[in-house]
Amino acid sequence: MLTAAPNEETRGIMKNRLMTAPSLAEADEATLVAQSREGDGRAFGELVRRYESKIFRLAQHVTQNREDAEDVLQETFLKAYEHLDQFQGAAKFYTWIVRIAVNQALMKLRRRRTDRSVSLDEAIDTGEDTIVREVAAWDENPEQRFSRAEFGQILDEAIQGLEPPYRSVFVLRDIDELSTEETADALGLSIPAVKSRLLRARLQLREKLTRHFKRKGDDAFAYL
Amino acid sequence: MLTCKDFLNELSDYMDESLDADIRAKLESHIAECPNCWVIADTTRRTIQIYKGMEPYPVPADVQSRLMQALERKIAARQK
Repeated sequence: MLTAAPNEETRGIMKNRLMTAPSLAEADEATLVAQSREGDGRAFGELVRRYESKIFRLAQHVTQNREDAEDVLQETFLKAYEHLDQFQGAAKFYTWIVRIAVNQALMKLRRRRTDRSVSLDEAIDTGEDTIVREVAAWDENPEQRFSRAEFGQILDEAIQGLEPPYRSVFVLRDIDELSTEETADALGLSIPAVKSRLLRARLQLREKLTRHFKRKGDDAFAYL
Repeated sequence: MLTCKDFLNELSDYMDESLDADIRAKLESHIAECPNCWVIADTTRRTIQIYKGMEPYPVPADVQSRLMQALERKIAARQK
């Protein structure tokens, strides 16, 4: 449940307590986490500022629903603040909140898909996902064939066409640029599972984009 | 001798440059002789590059305000 928008008085309080000072913007992550644990709301506000866009994007990719993504964003940071004591400094703070965000997003998906559960451990490896059906060279600059909005829509729709287990791995590895180990840690998967899903996600996306970006006159054909 | 299927199985690690030099050399040798695998490698690399360039989604001001207000309440409750 989301709260109402802040009034003027609340905004003033937020400015004092949560808005970030220039020194906080330059502070390293470990310092901000330590200060947040001691109750410094401004330090936690800076952590929110650094990662809110990425968490929002991840939440939208996993839930594919704007309203759910807004809830996930809020729940993620509230839970992170509440359980800050449980954060082990060995991992990056971002990896830790990604795990919270993914769990929250999957719960949203489960509620929407009451007919079946959704899990990152779904048995999805059918063995057919690495079959390449279309092979065609792309235009030199395919983005020039589309408006900025059209190009963005093609990319978004291609990602949305992936199953959630592939989508989460791809977003973390190739968009957020987490390492294989960090992605495995954030999603609670083994490293071979991350690698396998990443390969399938990349191949499926490549194939979806090929339908839009292939050079005119190049025929696509089955392969492998 | 590598097959196209062998190449495909190693594609992700090849893209991530996380392969041993000898396997990498074998893959590059295969690509040089197999136009299909060259296209697969080229378009997969470009797929990754395109998505890497995606900007994070800006959080709308009203969503951000609600988040900050909820956090403010949480922080205030803890400090009581």
